[in-house]
Amino acid sequence: MLDFPSSFGLVIPELILTVTGLALLLIAAWVGDKAARAVAIIAAAALFTAGLFTIPGLHFGVDGPDSYAFGTLLKVDSFALFSKALIYLAAIAALMVAPAFFNGPAAASERGLRAEYPILILFATLGMSIMVSASDFMTLYMGLELNSLAAYVLAAILRKDQRSAEAGLKYFVLGALASGILLYGMSLLYGFTGATDFASVRAGLEGELSNGQLFGLIFVMAGLAFKIAAVPFHMWTPDVYEGAPTPVTLFFATAPKVAAVALTARVVFEVFGGQVQAWQQIVMFTALASIVFGALGAIGQENLKRLLAYSSINNVGFILLGLAVATPAGASSMLVYLFIYVVMSLGSFVALLMLRGEDGSLFETFGDISGLAVTRPAIAWSLLVLMFSLAGIPPLLGFYSKFVVFQAVVSADLVVFAAIAIAASVIGAFYYIKFVKVMFFDEPAGLVTGKSETSHWVLLAICAVIISPIGYLLTGSLTDLTNKAASSLFLAI
Amino acid sequence: MGPVGIEHYLVVGAILFVLGVLGIFLNRKNVIVILMAVELILLAVNINLVAFSAFMGDLVGQVFAMMVLTVAAAEAAIGLAILVIYYRGRGTIAVDDVNRMKG
Repeated sequence: MLDFPSSFGLVIPELILTVTGLALLLIAAWVGDKAARAVAIIAAAALFTAGLFTIPGLHFGVDGPDSYAFGTLLKVDSFALFSKALIYLAAIAALMVAPAFFNGPAAASERGLRAEYPILILFATLGMSIMVSASDFMTLYMGLELNSLAAYVLAAILRKDQRSAEAGLKYFVLGALASGILLYGMSLLYGFTGATDFASVRAGLEGELSNGQLFGLIFVMAGLAFKIAAVPFHMWTPDVYEGAPTPVTLFFATAPKVAAVALTARVVFEVFGGQVQAWQQIVMFTALASIVFGALGAIGQENLKRLLAYSSINNVGFILLGLAVATPAGASSMLVYLFIYVVMSLGSFVALLMLRGEDGSLFETFGDISGLAVTRPAIAWSLLVLMFSLAGIPPLLGFYSKFVVFQAVVSADLVVFAAIAIAASVIGAFYYIKFVKVMFFDEPAGLVTGKSETSHWVLLAICAVIISPIGYLLTGSLTDLTNKAASSLFLAI
Repeated sequence: MGPVGIEHYLVVGAILFVLGVLGIFLNRKNVIVILMAVELILLAVNINLVAFSAFMGDLVGQVFAMMVLTVAAAEAAIGLAILVIYYRGRGTIAVDDVNRMKG
């Protein structure tokens, strides 16, 4: 355990984000929206710098007593660093795609990119950073709320757009309810174990669970399920994803998802790690239900953002499946899946952002993208790669992520669950293939303008290359990183 | 009448929590009521935390309650701000009218 001054060494990324966020807030207040682009660039640079500070720790692996900062409030181990790196990358992507969207006709009700957008992204990212390294219920709650409060505002940032405001309202109400449920569970755990830091709560939960402890566990799990949008607490996701401006949806589908999943993993292993039998069935049920509902719910959807929302519910199911195995191999497979999922959804949303009609409006439904292979072949082929990868079709990296999860599930003798998940992913393949069919075999619909920003092309190309079979070259070092990260979760056992 | 014990506080907390959750799900009228229900849930949590803290003689719970209070204030401010922009666009805050997106 580090003393107070040297604790600061472990939280350099958070310090960078805090100081930059506050300074940019002042700049935005003084200069106004003229400074929006500069603010976005500085914010992205701050995120990048913060990301650089995670590299040494990721490379050498940080564990044990030296990873605790400020007493037991934060634990900056390999697992936290892996999640942070992923979160910062996703946040940078959300900043890169923002100017083109907010200055375009899709956001015509606003006066271009507002300086608040990058600042809110920074603060949300700061909150997520704290979430993934929390090792006390108090820091967990502070991080979660910092992230959520910024996210509610981000969803409603197009103030004059009715769908955006409605998305913000729905997200706020259900997010606040989830925080309340989580907090109630934490208060019960505090009362029935006498502490709020993870290690002491874990020690207090040894042996047979009392009723109060069991209720605490269930409330905490329900609150977390809300945050990661797992069935049966997923109902806000499609509405929020559809209503929020697309760059914000891109952000929601990636960074907060990573943070919430990482937080869930840390809580179930570090707090409830001695009570696996108490939560394993709950998580397994949630995982399978998410996979099945995500696949079935997407079938009738016409709106592409809504479809991707159901797809994200489906993917969260697979991530939870890796978690439910409750072995280091399962946790490692979960992180592999998380990384590949983030790349795939980044790519899909960037591709959606690149498609604009003649009047500059964004494409949002199946009707808009029909015949895309003729009008915008490069984007259509990239989307083909991404969709087949999301469906888990073999030469692509999406297959590898599903494969490692199934491998972990089968080696833990849970073959039945793997079989159900495979059956559901066959159903899920239907709408991914429909996506491709509409692009390649339907008559070209509207006119599309041929211009897209270079930054979008770069992002899409990176995502498509990682997802393509070339990405298998990465799997060695990725598995190495995820094994280190997963093993740091299991040290306490 | 015996002395007031921890269980009395927990029962009050549980009742408030259930009222808050029901207030969110059963309320069909007004979004403001939902905001009040959220506050009720957070109050239930605070009662739990402070009661546990007092009965265990451990200060952590009271520190936690202070943090929850602070965050609850920020949350209410953001909730009301979002509600205001929602009202400007739609001219209504009835729960049944929050239906621009469905499916």
